[in-house]
Amino acid sequence: MHSAELYWLPEPAAFSNLVASAQAPETSPTERFALLHAASRLRLDFVQTMKLERCIARLGEAVSAPRLRVALIGDGTLQHMSPAISAGILRRGLVADMHVGSYGQWRQETINPSSTVHQFSPDIVIMWLNGENLAPGLPFGASRAEITAAIADRIAEIRGYWRKIRETSGSAIIQVLPLPLEPDVFGHAERTIGSAPGMTRRLAEAELSLAAEEEGVQIVDLAEAARHIGLDRIHDPALLHHAKQDITPAAAPWVGDQIARVAAAMRGRSKKVLVLDLDNTLWGGVIGDDGLDGILLGQGNGAGEAFCAFQRHLKQLLARGVVLAVSSKNDMEVAEAVFRDHPEMILRRNDIAAFEANWADKPQALRRIAAQLNLGLDSFVFFDDNPAERQLMRQELPMVDTPEVPVAPELYSRCLVDAGYFEAVALTEEDTQRAGQYAANAKRQRIESSATDLPSFLRDLQMTLSAGPFAEVDVPRITQLINKTNQFNLTTKRYSEEQVCALLNDPGAVTLSARVADRFGDNGLISVIIASRSEDVLDIDAWLMSCRVLGRSVENALLALLAKRAAEIGARYLRGRYIDSGRNGIVRGMYESFGFRRIDEGSGGETVWRLDLEDIKPEFPPYFNATTRSGEA
Amino acid sequence: MDRPGIYERLNDIFRDIFDDPGIEVHPELSSRDVEVWDSFNHINMMVATEMAFGVKFKASEVEGLKNVGELVNLIETKLGLQRQ
Repeated sequence: MHSAELYWLPEPAAFSNLVASAQAPETSPTERFALLHAASRLRLDFVQTMKLERCIARLGEAVSAPRLRVALIGDGTLQHMSPAISAGILRRGLVADMHVGSYGQWRQETINPSSTVHQFSPDIVIMWLNGENLAPGLPFGASRAEITAAIADRIAEIRGYWRKIRETSGSAIIQVLPLPLEPDVFGHAERTIGSAPGMTRRLAEAELSLAAEEEGVQIVDLAEAARHIGLDRIHDPALLHHAKQDITPAAAPWVGDQIARVAAAMRGRSKKVLVLDLDNTLWGGVIGDDGLDGILLGQGNGAGEAFCAFQRHLKQLLARGVVLAVSSKNDMEVAEAVFRDHPEMILRRNDIAAFEANWADKPQALRRIAAQLNLGLDSFVFFDDNPAERQLMRQELPMVDTPEVPVAPELYSRCLVDAGYFEAVALTEEDTQRAGQYAANAKRQRIESSATDLPSFLRDLQMTLSAGPFAEVDVPRITQLINKTNQFNLTTKRYSEEQVCALLNDPGAVTLSARVADRFGDNGLISVIIASRSEDVLDIDAWLMSCRVLGRSVENALLALLAKRAAEIGARYLRGRYIDSGRNGIVRGMYESFGFRRIDEGSGGETVWRLDLEDIKPEFPPYFNATTRSGEA
Repeated sequence: MDRPGIYERLNDIFRDIFDDPGIEVHPELSSRDVEVWDSFNHINMMVATEMAFGVKFKASEVEGLKNVGELVNLIETKLGLQRQ
């Protein structure tokens, strides 16, 4: 397993058939995407990723899929990384249109606004520089001040290129850190002598990472990701010197997936829910047979300690916002008793947002969990030590990611990390509160089933809505919500952080963001509307909402507020569009239910709707106890 | 693995790398005969060959290779198969 292969993905036996079916003339564009997506989620080697990329290029527009334009620039040979990056992006549900910059031309291509890179108009630019660009070579014995100044120069230069890319193409940026390839000169003292090559590199990396955080650039640190398998698995010194390849083609699929997961995370494609089996997954043995004192968990036994270590990792994932659920073939009381009564359990019952312990098949259990959490199955990972359960899950619910689980529990955490399901682009306040929010949601669901009717349920929640134009402090969360919301999203238009920032000072833009709190807790910032005025029409470009607050009439409240804003600026009509993304069926009828009239039908599942505010005055629903409106313009 | 077995596996690799299902490898075949056999695909082909046979070539061993026949000789040496 310690090689640079995608060991968490199943064997690629079906690869050739999937690719052949995708190219068959009778296959529909949507089926083609499903087949290619399935092919990308196998344990591919670099030759297979090349075949996949060629197949996608041949099919072109005959594949119906959301797309991502990716430019790869840098000063080594990068062409061979393109198939692997595009396969990794496809693995996460997007078809990548790739452009690889010319060898050694990245500076010119960045500065010249009409270069082929800018003409390509990338959504994401991957900047892959080698070591000489980052860490200055200094005479040994250089003073601390000289070292700091030299590094600051390099960082300022790279920052300048980032800004140039932003200004010209508006693209998001991924910066790949150079591999630590310089030989040691001082041995272990490389870490303490300031002018040693290893030391300058570390200092420069730290400075570059700080700059990246300030600029909203994502960093990919391949050496760090490869620390368990070793640099030799991804880098071949002979290929560096003979072909200027930092990465050997043999390891391209592994490295490409590392980069792809970050690119996909920037587009909201990270997974949200981890569904766990119990027996031999969270503890050793079978609780129904072995009993509380018979299962392996905790000190005194190697495997028992390994299961505890895995639970600690899960607890950390929970704390940063990954939703945990359980699907186990067990009796509910027996399974829950372990969480309540076993002294070594790290995870508690409250940590599990949805708990399915019964004897029904697991695909059914996952469907129920998805319904209960209001999250799409394509944001689920299913982790189960039993190969038969995994097989059934892949067959019945192919949209769920089901990794091959290592036989040894010592390797469970590493498997989740290596697979890169939960790549984060930022940590927001909402992330750290999510666990509590889902637990509160479970309580809300209990009232819902006890309340006699919906209006009394909604009044019972004692909701507070606070809505107003975008505030600068909310920009990271607004961007995150825009890019990760798939279901309640009328147009699925994505905005980069720069584009959201630009709206703050755009006099023609009308923006609205909303928070909802209720008696169980704060749901945080959960809805966003972006509109622009043209004459007497207010055009709604984006309208989306977290499914956490579905069915609470938040959208009705926002419509009323939007209508009020329209009236204030002298617009008579609201105009909105619904663009079918294949995942946003729940809002297909929204405009119609609000009383909008359909005025046009575009191509590709798009409909256009208009509301005449002289005919209909949207009413503010009576369920919100208080309405504070921050940042009123 | 015998010599025909090596040729058979190379054939699959060549078809995949050079994207030509009609390609037939033979001892005299060289980069002059295959249009897309450029330096980029040459490295891909060599790395795919290393992976397929579980061997590692040195740069000095690879540089002088004139055609597929010499590559097969090298593979046989690496596999410890060469008689003589």
